[in-house]
Amino acid sequence: MTIGLNGFLIVSAIVFVLGLYCVLTRRNAIGILMGVELILNSANINYLAFARYGGGSYDGQIFALFVIMLAAAEAVIGLAIVLGIYQTFHTIDVEATETLRG
Amino acid sequence: MHDLIEVNYLRWIPLLPLIGAVINGVPGVLIQKNWGKRAINAIAVTPVLLAFCISVYAFFQLLGQEPEKRYLLDHMWTWIDSGNLKANAAFAVDQLSGVMILIVTGVGGLIHIYSTGYMHDEKSYWRFFALLNLFTFSMLVLVMADNLLLMFVGWEGVGLCSYALIGFWYQTYENASAGSKAFIVNRIGDFGFAIGVFLIFWTMADAGHPTITFRDLAANISLIDGKTFLGVSVATFACLMLFVGATGKSAQIPLYVWLPDAMAGPTPVSALIHAATMVTAGVYMIGRMNFIFSMSPTALTVVAWTGALTALFAASIGLAQNDIKRVLAYSTVSQLGYMVLGMGVGAYAAGIFHLMTHAFFKACLFLGSGSVIHAMGGEQDMRKMGGLRKWMPYTYWTFLISTFAIAGIPPFSGFFSKDEILWKAFSSEHGSPLLWMVGFAAAGMTAFYMFRQVFMTFWGECRADHHTQEHLHESPPVMTYPLVVLAALATIAGIWGIPESLGGSNEIEHWLAPVFHAGGHGAEHHAAHGGIIEYALMAASVGVAALGIFLAYLMYEKKSLSPDTFTELAGGAPYRAIYNKYYVDEFYNAVFVNGLLVITRLCAAFDHYVIDFIVDGAAYVTRFVSWVNGLFDAYIIDGIVNRIADVTLGLGTRFRHLQTGSINGYLYVVVLGVVLVMVVRLV
Repeated sequence: MTIGLNGFLIVSAIVFVLGLYCVLTRRNAIGILMGVELILNSANINYLAFARYGGGSYDGQIFALFVIMLAAAEAVIGLAIVLGIYQTFHTIDVEATETLRG
Repeated sequence: MHDLIEVNYLRWIPLLPLIGAVINGVPGVLIQKNWGKRAINAIAVTPVLLAFCISVYAFFQLLGQEPEKRYLLDHMWTWIDSGNLKANAAFAVDQLSGVMILIVTGVGGLIHIYSTGYMHDEKSYWRFFALLNLFTFSMLVLVMADNLLLMFVGWEGVGLCSYALIGFWYQTYENASAGSKAFIVNRIGDFGFAIGVFLIFWTMADAGHPTITFRDLAANISLIDGKTFLGVSVATFACLMLFVGATGKSAQIPLYVWLPDAMAGPTPVSALIHAATMVTAGVYMIGRMNFIFSMSPTALTVVAWTGALTALFAASIGLAQNDIKRVLAYSTVSQLGYMVLGMGVGAYAAGIFHLMTHAFFKACLFLGSGSVIHAMGGEQDMRKMGGLRKWMPYTYWTFLISTFAIAGIPPFSGFFSKDEILWKAFSSEHGSPLLWMVGFAAAGMTAFYMFRQVFMTFWGECRADHHTQEHLHESPPVMTYPLVVLAALATIAGIWGIPESLGGSNEIEHWLAPVFHAGGHGAEHHAAHGGIIEYALMAASVGVAALGIFLAYLMYEKKSLSPDTFTELAGGAPYRAIYNKYYVDEFYNAVFVNGLLVITRLCAAFDHYVIDFIVDGAAYVTRFVSWVNGLFDAYIIDGIVNRIADVTLGLGTRFRHLQTGSINGYLYVVVLGVVLVMVVRLV
């Protein structure tokens, strides 16, 4: 049996929703970063799926490569920020770091 | 115009004293401190004596020429060349200025020497001599100038030096104000002189021959014949204007008032400036411009009467003065009146002759009075003197000789010069017996007040206090030698002008004749010998002088005739009038000084009430406009700015609550936004 385009999209949507849920509910900054990774990867699944079942070009795959690279850079910067937050506040609970509140 | 001799040494006659003045005037205080007063003496006296030597040389060079070629010119550079106005910086010596430079440098040199003794204890020694040298320079420029403008430079220069020297002891208010008075009164005269010069130049330019050079003017003066200005002939108008200048410098009515006050200066200054040289500048100027004066009988009449009245007026004031220098001052005014009288009757040579003899005897008298003041320790009141001949033989004898000269006693020089003027006043075509009468009366008064002075000062008992008597002494030789030289000159100078009626040849008149006939106009009337009349007049003037001397002797020496006989005359009114100098100073004060003050106050009131009102009004208007502007700024401009700021602040206050600092919160909002966008898109 062949897995059609919809199967990929359903998986992608589940991953996206899980990532979103993680981002919205986690109070741990690293948890939020992990949620963001999930969201990015759900987008990657979409790119690949549309590339496979779409027009037959490699555009989607190339975009997916870019997204992976960007996710790596984003993770580096994000973790650095989290490290900085920890050094300043001695915690990485985002609810506790609200000094920018208006 | 061709018969002149170009030379290049004349410039040194005025320049040498100028060099002396600069050396003593600029670093003088250092010279005096480092090398003493002797150095100042050497710097001051040497140039004048050298200038005298050059003057003598120039004089002899003149003598060696044909009479019509006697004109030395030293052209240095073109001073002004503007349009048709040309003036050269050039010095000229002819018969007239030749005599003048000898008087200025000769008498001036003697007075310089005398001053080294008289001013010995003065602190500002250098300043005195620098000014004296500067004066000598200015006077020489005045007499040697070859054109009217350069003459005017000297004319102003001597006025300036006179001012500075009258106020030499400026620490006293009276001295300083006397200097200012001399300067201001002279300024009135200078104004007239300048107008005369302008008018002459203007008229000559109008006639196609613009020039202000004396020689050129003299040759072409006929061009102004028949021209009129403001309805008066130019010759008359210009002469009267020039004469206004002469009344200022030569102290004639009505501008004589500064000269008696000028006695506030040191006595050598009175001798040099206010007796021998500067005050004769007016007379010299009339002589220099004789060609134009001769064209205007009206002007000559004015000049003659002014001179005669001044002679009489000043002599009468001199009768009652008690200050030794003040008597001499009025005597100077009176003698200047004689000179001007001589000029006014066309007897220019006689006027210049009297100028010369007067320079000798009046300088001697002033220096003698200086010697007396020196001995008396500064006392000038003759009532506190007396019997001084015992202590001061040189001063006494020289003073006496000069007094004989001024009184017109033969054979002293004053007799010849004064008698020549009186005779011309009687016999010349411009003269009249009335003029002679006035001069004659003044001659009698002159003899009286001069001998009154001699008797009060040198004869009788000494009225000085004990302390002063103990210190009485003859002055040092540097002061007495000049007196002796001047007295000798006062005695013998007359031989130059012995009239033909007394067996002489009146050499000075022949010597000066080329100058005074240059214009070819109104050639001096050769007074025919009056024979018996001339002798009678001569005897009369000697007689009246003798009478004056005799009266003075009776009143002040023998005391057999009390002066009160005259002072009580007509209730004492005439005496009080002359004692108070006819109240002329008071009159001038009341009319001119106060008049000026009234005008000044009116101007001040105008300034205060009109000008200040306008200015204040403008200030009020400006203040009001500013106030309105301020309101506009405060309420409109600031209001707009503040409202903008308020709005921004209010918005900011409300929107700040959106920033919660909670990252999850932000993300909810983002998701909510995305959902919203999707919903909108789908619907």
